[in-house]
Amino acid sequence: MTDTTLSSAIVFQPGTSDAEIEAAAARAARNRGRAVYFWRYFILLVFLGGWEVLSSTKLIDEFFFSSPTAIAMRLYEWITEGTSEGPLWYHLWVTMEESLLGFFTGSVAGIVAGIALGRNRMLSDVFSIYIKVINSVPRVVLAPIFIMIFGLGLTSKVALSFVMVFFVVFSNAFQGVREADRNLLANAQILGAKDWQLTRSVVIPSAMSWIFASLHVSFGFAIVGAIVGEFVGARYGIGLLINVAKGSFDAAGMYAAIVIIMVVALAAEYGMTVIENRLAKWRPAPLQDAS
Amino acid sequence: MNNPNSPAIELINVSRRFLTPDGKSMTALRDFNMSVARGEFVAVVGPTGCGKSTTLNLVTGLAKPSSGEVRVMGAPVNGIDPSIGFVFQTDALFPWRSVIDNVVAGPLFRGVPSEQAYESAHQWLARVNLSGHESKYPHQLSGGMRKRVSLAQTFINEPKILLMDEPFSALDVQTRVLMHDELLRLWSQAKASVVFVTHDLEEAIALADKVYVLTAGPATVKSVYPINIPRPRVVSEIRYDQAFIDISRTIWDDLRDEVQRGAARTEALVA
Repeated sequence: MTDTTLSSAIVFQPGTSDAEIEAAAARAARNRGRAVYFWRYFILLVFLGGWEVLSSTKLIDEFFFSSPTAIAMRLYEWITEGTSEGPLWYHLWVTMEESLLGFFTGSVAGIVAGIALGRNRMLSDVFSIYIKVINSVPRVVLAPIFIMIFGLGLTSKVALSFVMVFFVVFSNAFQGVREADRNLLANAQILGAKDWQLTRSVVIPSAMSWIFASLHVSFGFAIVGAIVGEFVGARYGIGLLINVAKGSFDAAGMYAAIVIIMVVALAAEYGMTVIENRLAKWRPAPLQDAS
Repeated sequence: MNNPNSPAIELINVSRRFLTPDGKSMTALRDFNMSVARGEFVAVVGPTGCGKSTTLNLVTGLAKPSSGEVRVMGAPVNGIDPSIGFVFQTDALFPWRSVIDNVVAGPLFRGVPSEQAYESAHQWLARVNLSGHESKYPHQLSGGMRKRVSLAQTFINEPKILLMDEPFSALDVQTRVLMHDELLRLWSQAKASVVFVTHDLEEAIALADKVYVLTAGPATVKSVYPINIPRPRVVSEIRYDQAFIDISRTIWDDLRDEVQRGAARTEALVA
């Protein structure tokens, strides 16, 4: 009924007009869209409903797993009355500030370093070993070190976000530069591009889709960096809320903090997609099958 | 050194060796001699993989000869010469730039003021019949239109020397003939010296003043044929001329042995 895979492509009778074919295609697309949304909401409802029922019938222990209504109530309480550690918005702002600073500094440094090493064989041969070594360190273990060095404030979290983001963006930018089309490079050189013009007009644009792919994941990493930092030692932030909730065995509070982070990360991801689509308007849009 | 009587391009006893990834040396060109007069259209034909494209890279300065000498306008090649234009076999348009921004790239790289560069880009797009497509992106154009953008992108720099590496081999046969006429029209106005590499003998004869036949790799010049078909030529017509048929039979007799040797050599390498 709503299945529009290629194998079930509609065969039109001879003499069907273009308008009819287009109308049928539009109908099929609408039906398909509805089916997608239906299943999405259905799965969400089953998940949340099942969770609620399981915890209210004591099949799972509410003490550990909480329940959707308890989490919603905790969120409502935090939003309207604030948390035990002060207003929710302030904590959220602190976490966002740390993540954004880490994200921007990390991605800018990653892009610059990736392009520099990608363009210069000697530099990359010398530094690649060190980058591998540092990259093999699990980032999370740096949290206590950074807190020891930079203190409980903003700087230590930004530093942790930075290292989370830097390596992802760096390796993608590096790879993107290396994958630049040799013909395009040769063409630009013969047309008269000098070193910096070549980098700016060919190397960076062709690395851009690689860089964007890494920016998508790395904003999530920036948040992880900030939260882990707060978790280990902080005065404000969502990570601190989780830590406090853990200390008072408040499962609903921990899940509520997770929900907040999910919303923020999804919003950031959406914003990134909008920016990327605007920058990548030169890319071909896929043609659709008429059925 | 820029003697106006010197040939546009000279390759004197040029050899070019490559190092393969496993460290072995491979000879692509051996004792290669070629001379292209100013304003002359030279076509180079030879079996697949014989080193035709290597000759072009030597002229651009993107590659250096292992021995021998390459001279452009009487002076030895040193880096990328600004008087050279190059049309590639595959698409070399910048996919993230619109048509007009692709055409304007050369002048902007060379420091022409932006207003002037865009004005001449509009003129060149009109000359290749692409007015009205300025703001489209390459992926929105057909293969023939993209090739015309490439020609405009190259010709806008007013190259004295035009190197073409099988530029039309990816096009269908009808489009290719149209592009041949287009190229001859642009060339007759621009008065550039052309080296046109192809594996299509008829294309070579239809376009060129002189056809170089290369041996199967390592490539060296086997023979040179002057093509005395009067200009202006209409490429879609002259292939039925008796003179055209005679010369293509003569050259093909010469080329056939090399094609067979080249094929045998490729198979031996694969085996």
